[in-house]
Amino acid sequence: METHVVSNLVVALLLAGGVWTGVAIRRDRLWSEAARSLWRRRPIALIVVAVYLAVAVLDSIAWVGGGEGQADAVAAHEARSVVDRAFAGTREASFSAPLADAEFYGGRPLQRPGSHLFGTDILGRDVLYLTIKGARVALLIGGLTSMIAIPLALLLGVSAGYFGGRIDDVVFFVMSTLASMPGLLLLIALIMAMGRSTLSVCIALGVTSWVGLCRVTRGETFKLRELDYVQAARALGVSEARIIFRHLLPNLMHLVIITFVLMFSGLVLSEAILSWLGIGVDGSWGQMIDQARNELSRDPIIWWNISAAGVALFGLLLAVNFVGDALRDILDPRTLRENQ
Amino acid sequence: MLAYVARRLAYGVLTVFGVLFFLFVLFFTVTDPDDIARRALGEKALPEVIQQWKVNHGYDRPLWPWQDFDDNMLFEHYRRMLSFDFGRSDTDDSLITERIRKGAGPSLALTVPLFTLGLVVGITLSLLVAFFRETYIDSAGVFLCVLAMSVSILLYIVGAQYLIAKMLRWFPISGFDPNPEVIFRFLALPIVVGLMNGFGSDVRFYRTVFVEETGRDYVRTARAKGCGEGRIMMRHVLQNGMIPILTRVVLAIPFLFTGALLLEAFFGIPGLGSLTVDAIQGNDFSTLRTMVYIGSLLFILGQILTDVSYSLADPRVRLE
Repeated sequence: METHVVSNLVVALLLAGGVWTGVAIRRDRLWSEAARSLWRRRPIALIVVAVYLAVAVLDSIAWVGGGEGQADAVAAHEARSVVDRAFAGTREASFSAPLADAEFYGGRPLQRPGSHLFGTDILGRDVLYLTIKGARVALLIGGLTSMIAIPLALLLGVSAGYFGGRIDDVVFFVMSTLASMPGLLLLIALIMAMGRSTLSVCIALGVTSWVGLCRVTRGETFKLRELDYVQAARALGVSEARIIFRHLLPNLMHLVIITFVLMFSGLVLSEAILSWLGIGVDGSWGQMIDQARNELSRDPIIWWNISAAGVALFGLLLAVNFVGDALRDILDPRTLRENQ
Repeated sequence: MLAYVARRLAYGVLTVFGVLFFLFVLFFTVTDPDDIARRALGEKALPEVIQQWKVNHGYDRPLWPWQDFDDNMLFEHYRRMLSFDFGRSDTDDSLITERIRKGAGPSLALTVPLFTLGLVVGITLSLLVAFFRETYIDSAGVFLCVLAMSVSILLYIVGAQYLIAKMLRWFPISGFDPNPEVIFRFLALPIVVGLMNGFGSDVRFYRTVFVEETGRDYVRTARAKGCGEGRIMMRHVLQNGMIPILTRVVLAIPFLFTGALLLEAFFGIPGLGSLTVDAIQGNDFSTLRTMVYIGSLLFILGQILTDVSYSLADPRVRLE
C-alpha cells in the first residue's frame, strides 16, 4: 500500500480513537472532572497543543492529483497533503527575508513578493511551510515512540508487579541493564545499528524511554495488588487476566497519561540532538535548526530559518510542559515522585 | 552488612554481563560484521577486501558459542571488554585505549566545573524559590524553569556562540588550550550553555524536595521553638533535603567521564564527547561500543557505591 493511503488510514483511526476517548471521558465522572479542571487551569496551552495537532492532521491527509498546470511537473503525480496544496507554487529561487519583495542576494524580484511571512530558505522554499510541516514530524516522533514504549512498559511493569518472583527478577534485571547505559549513547548506538530511518529513531527512543514508565507501573502495581478490592476480587475467584484488565490497568491509566505527556518534550528534544548528529528524522525542526546553523555566520545574517524552527519547537514544548505539569497536579500529586 | 555488599557487587557484575550481552546483540547481530566492514570500506568493496578487513579487526569468527565453542565472537567480545583490551578503531586503526586516555582530561576539565557549578546554582536557586513558596516569586521561578526546559540545547549553543562570542566578543567561539592560564577562556562559554540547559529541570526537582521538607513536623517544631525562617531553611530543610538530591546527583557523576557530547563537539573541545561524535559520523562501531561499555561500567560502580554508603549512613535504609 502506498504511504499516503496508510497515513490517511492512521489519521482516520486516530480521529476515531480521539472521539471515542472524548465520549468515554464525558461518561466517566472523575475523568470529565479532571478534563474540566485541566481546561480551567491551562486554556491557552491546550489551545496551542490543539493547533499543532490540527496542523499535523492537515499535513497527514494526502491524495494524488490536482497539481496540473503548475511549474513543478512532479506535483501532479505525487501524493500531497492539504498543507502541501495550500503552499503550492510558493517556491522561489533562493534566500529571501520575511515579507521581502526581492531575493536576499542579488536583489532579483520574487515570483510572489511580500507573501513569504517567514522568508525562504537556501533552496527558495517557504520557511512557514517547512515549519508547519515540522509539526507532523514532532508529533509523529512523540506518538509513534509512545505506541512502542507504553504497551511495553505496561506489559512488563504490570506482570512484574503483579506476579512478582522470577518474572519480576527478569524484568528488573532488564530495566537495570538498560538504565545503566548512558542514555544518549545508547540511543545513538541503537540507531546506528538499526540503520537510519524514522522508524528506527522511534524504536530507539522507545527502547530508551520505556524503563521510566515501567518502573512507575511496577511500583504502583505492587501497591495495588495488596489493596482490599483486588484481594476481594481474587477471593471471589476472578481470573488473573480479568483482575489485571479490569482492576489494575484502569488505576494505572493516570500514571501512563502523566508520564507520556512529561516524556513527550524529552523525546522531541532528543530528536533535535539526533538531527544534529545526522541521524534524526527528515523534515523535523531539529534538522531545520541544524541546516540553518551556519547561516548565522553569514554576513548579513540569515536569522529567519533558525528562529522559525526554534520558536515552533519552543512553543510546542512549552505548551506540552504546562499541560503535563497541570495534569500531574490534577491527577496525581504524589505517586510519581515516590516511585522515581 | 558484608553479605549485603557481596550481594550488591554480584548483582553489579551480573548487570555488566547484561550490558555486554546487549552490546553484542546490537553490534554483532543487528548489524553484522559484513555491514560494519562495508561501511568502513565503502559499498563497492570486493569480498576479499572485506574478508581481509574482518580478519584484521577480529570480526572473522563465528558469532555464537554453539557454532564453535572454542573460537567465537561472543566469548571473544566478553574476554576483550572485561580485560579492557578495546582493540583498534574501525575507521582509522588507532588504539581506542590511547584515544580515551587523551580525551579524558579535556572532558573532565569541562564536566567537573559544569557539574559543581550546576549543583551550587541549582541548590541556591531552589532554596530561594522554596523560601518564597506560594508567592509570586515562586510561581515566576517555576515558570522560568519551564521556559528554560522547553528550549533545545542546540538553540542555546547557537545563540550563545552568536550573542556572546560573535557579537560581544567576550570569549572565543570555540577551541581548546590545556594551558591553565587560558583554559578558562575556552571553557566559560560551554559551561554557561550547560548551566542554562540544565538548571530548569534541576531547580524544579530540588524545589519539590525542599517544599516537601518544609511541610514536615520537625520544621514546625523548629518554628515553634522560635527558629528564624532563614535558619530553618539553611540548617534543617537543606540538610534533610540533601538525601534525595544526592541520590540523583551521585548517579550523574559517572557520566561526567563520558563527556558532554554536544558541548564538546560544538565548542571544539577534544574530549571523549568529541571522540564519540567522530565515531558516529565515521561509522566507528568499535569506539562507540567501548564508550557505551565504559559509561555503563562507571554507572554501575557509582550505583553500588551509593547504595552501600547509604546503607551505612542512613539507618532507615533496609537491607533486603
